[in-house]
Amino acid sequence: MFKNMMSWIEYRLPFMDKMNLHVVQYPAPKNFNFWYFFGSLAILVLVNQILTGVWLTMNYVPSAEGAFASVEYIMRDVEYGWLLRYMHSTGASAFFVVVYLHMLRGMMYGSYQKPRELLWIFGMLIFLVLMAEAFMGYMLPWGQMSYWGAQVIISIFGVIPFVGDDLTLWIRGDYVISGATLNRFFALHVIALPLVLVILVFLHIMALHEVGSNNPDGIDIKRDNDGSVEQTAADKKFTFHQYFTRGGKKIIVDAIPFHPYYTVKDLVGVAGFLLIFAFVIFFAPEGGGYFLEKPNFEVANPMKTPDHIAPVWYFTPFYAILRAIPDPLLGAVAMFAAIIALALLPWIDRGTVRSVRYRCELHRWNLVVFCISFVALGVLGVLPATPTYTLFSQFFSFTYFAFFGLLWLYSKNEKTKPLPVRLT
Amino acid sequence: MMRTLLSAVALLASSLAIAAGPSIPLDKAPVDLRDQASLQNGAKLFQNYCLGCHQMQYQRYSRTFKDLGIPEDLGMEHLMFTGEKLGDHITNSMPADYAQTSFGVLPPDLTNVARVRGADWVYTYLRTFYVDESRPFGVNNKVFPLVGMPHVLQELQGVPYRAYETRLVDGQPTEVYVGIRTDGSGELSTEEYDRAVGDLVNYLVYSGEPSKLESHALGIKVMIFLLIFFVLAYFLKKEYWKDVE
Repeated sequence: MFKNMMSWIEYRLPFMDKMNLHVVQYPAPKNFNFWYFFGSLAILVLVNQILTGVWLTMNYVPSAEGAFASVEYIMRDVEYGWLLRYMHSTGASAFFVVVYLHMLRGMMYGSYQKPRELLWIFGMLIFLVLMAEAFMGYMLPWGQMSYWGAQVIISIFGVIPFVGDDLTLWIRGDYVISGATLNRFFALHVIALPLVLVILVFLHIMALHEVGSNNPDGIDIKRDNDGSVEQTAADKKFTFHQYFTRGGKKIIVDAIPFHPYYTVKDLVGVAGFLLIFAFVIFFAPEGGGYFLEKPNFEVANPMKTPDHIAPVWYFTPFYAILRAIPDPLLGAVAMFAAIIALALLPWIDRGTVRSVRYRCELHRWNLVVFCISFVALGVLGVLPATPTYTLFSQFFSFTYFAFFGLLWLYSKNEKTKPLPVRLT
Repeated sequence: MMRTLLSAVALLASSLAIAAGPSIPLDKAPVDLRDQASLQNGAKLFQNYCLGCHQMQYQRYSRTFKDLGIPEDLGMEHLMFTGEKLGDHITNSMPADYAQTSFGVLPPDLTNVARVRGADWVYTYLRTFYVDESRPFGVNNKVFPLVGMPHVLQELQGVPYRAYETRLVDGQPTEVYVGIRTDGSGELSTEEYDRAVGDLVNYLVYSGEPSKLESHALGIKVMIFLLIFFVLAYFLKKEYWKDVE
């Protein structure tokens, strides 16, 4: 009876076949390390944001008059409202921690290289939408930093020649940031952008499963079936979906089925992540003033500018680049260029060896300097723009962009180490 | 290029020394959210000295009474003055335009003040008023210079003034600020006053985040659960991965 029903469904919607294709018989390289936890963790955080967001929406009032009070209402009068709110606010920061580490993984092991360019582009689009989503979400509590941070970020669009002023007016829906801005940001934050985000994540995973996962060695697990590589007994132990062998044209080596091997492994990652996540939620929800900024516990006041306006930490690397350049237009261009450069990595990097393990020494150091620059810019973006700090921002903006310039130069005729035949 | 690089590194090193901070060092506020006697005294002080001008508009009486262990009838008798209901927010009836003209600025809501300013800031602020005849209310403040607030706790503290001592600085006798002293006309001694302000700040820390104790209690349970979950997940993974090696 049950079997009949299952086959009735399967005939009309091949659910079990798709589960095999994407989960149970999906070949994943067996050598994933620590850095491969962050993809599944990003999905976990996304689910956390959607669920807590839905419940927060039930009590949040999207109006300039009611927003701040409704957040305090959630914190005080709604059963476990404080928990929902802290899970959501901490989740926003956690999302960026996880995504930044996920991107770094891609850079370390060359996961953006051919044939994974489109996968990388989808990832960059997710990053862009995530930034918009976080920015609009930060306005909703309608605290001082919500208001003035938004003021600063929206004014960035005002530097665009000719259309800048009209553009900021169009974004705000008012001559100043007001309830009109709050309402449209609310609509975008809870409906439009999450929808786009979920679709992009779906495409990201579909694109991943089409080309297959990269790994810390950066070599393929799907090889031509021409006798150049032999399958070992271990390789023959597992069954993979026939889609991946392309009708016998390919053989799969050093791979294991995603489920159960990586589902149980990711479970360990999830538990480890949740330990840190829960600690912040329950014992340090303000994240030292970086996850929830102090002035944001005060209701937005258009007549009172805070002493020091800093965007939330996850924007500060790019904000520091913006401020490093004295000309506002060029600064904005540089800031967007910093993101575009990342998106163009598959074409800036002309090398064929993917993993940092087998690339030249210069590449290793280039990557280290890039990471230092990114973190340093993040720190500088939080600090006030004194002449000294601006000089540092300029220096680290230079080293940030130098990463891409150098990579383009040395990757053409790079002296790489010999690649292993099999995964190590 | 190399010169820019070197000077940048040199500047980074030197600038670390000039990290910004408050104008005077802040005293550590004695915050203990489990000390209900302190919180109750803080609530009493707030109702008597602060609520006239400042509101606590996001917090309800009923919640405060419940969390601070104040019986509702006693709370209504001693802490509610103008016929509010238990479920009402802790507000006053001072018109905004009157407040604006009286103080030059709207007295801020104090529900979250300890989260906005920090407990130590509020604790130090309330203990560093001093007589300054040039100010409209005759007092100024060390932490918040030119503040538009009168020293409402003066009847408790007495009239505070800045005390100086003559000390030798580089061989020259110099007047050095050594702290706030009072003329002793207050109802409380210096120690008692510090304790009273500490209680008040304790209450303000509570009002900024009434869920804090509940959060810590639940947090420990969640962390223990996750720790067990982590260990189980780890061994589950190990068991499954035996096939892979």
